[in-house]
Amino acid sequence: MPHDHHDLSPSGHPYRTDNDGPLTYWQQMEIALRELLIEKGILTAAEVSAQIDLMDSRSPANGAAVVARAWTDPDFKARLLDNAGDAAREMGFDIGVLHLIAVENTDMVHNLIVCTLCSCYPRNLLGLPPDWYKTRAYRSRAVREPRAVLAEFGITLPETVQLRVHDSTADMRYIVLPARPAGTEGLDEAALAQLVTRDSMIGTGLPRALE
Amino acid sequence: MAMHQVHNRVRVRAIMPPGHVRVPAYLRGKTGVIERALGAFSNPEQLAYGLPADKTPLYRVRFTMQDIWGEQAESPIDTIDAEIFAHWLEELSDAP
Repeated sequence: MPHDHHDLSPSGHPYRTDNDGPLTYWQQMEIALRELLIEKGILTAAEVSAQIDLMDSRSPANGAAVVARAWTDPDFKARLLDNAGDAAREMGFDIGVLHLIAVENTDMVHNLIVCTLCSCYPRNLLGLPPDWYKTRAYRSRAVREPRAVLAEFGITLPETVQLRVHDSTADMRYIVLPARPAGTEGLDEAALAQLVTRDSMIGTGLPRALE
Repeated sequence: MAMHQVHNRVRVRAIMPPGHVRVPAYLRGKTGVIERALGAFSNPEQLAYGLPADKTPLYRVRFTMQDIWGEQAESPIDTIDAEIFAHWLEELSDAP
């Protein structure tokens, strides 16, 4: 019967309830502020939508392209490590005023990014952060027991490898430059970019290995 | 305000003022080394309240896990880098 109601969706999950509750204080504040800015002619609704579209268009693929360029072009890699924001702009990414620092993983060093105070993330390059990045559990444990956190993500770091945690406490944002996987000498830049995952640029993951 | 040089040892001030402060509590009173100077940025303690914000030197300071967590540290060779504004840093002499 097509109009029968069931407790579970065809995929076997419960239906999400409609958001019929009252607006929260901050939801009311956002709507009031947005409507005032539009009424006063400071912004248009189309401009607000365009900004949302722009943020949604950003994705880890942008960072993957930057990483793959650094793996294949030593001069670009040097510029990236000197000023990652300018290096990303050079590739044509619209990252606004983002102040970006790239930190390089090597045989001896692994880097991990966190924002213990809130949810600072290089959004203007990589898009919105994963939900777990904003949780109190990740934010507190990444500085207190980062090796245990990495192990839960599937990375067991040898004792001889130094782990550097970067807490984004002010105006800088960070991207990890992961180490280029072994056996990828024959791959071009586009194929290499396919190996770069979001988590490998946060430091909670490694690039995909060759299949 | 004295400028800090790379590799200089500094201590984060161990104070707990009210307001919008971007120095994590777990780093207050801890000693680290200047990793790099980042230039001057608007002081968030003023900016957050819509006040005219002073351009304030910002540094990346590197702490060892040992410095921060003592014997509880997971690994003595690991580090934490954080960005700290100049007015939160006290220069330490190299003498013990």
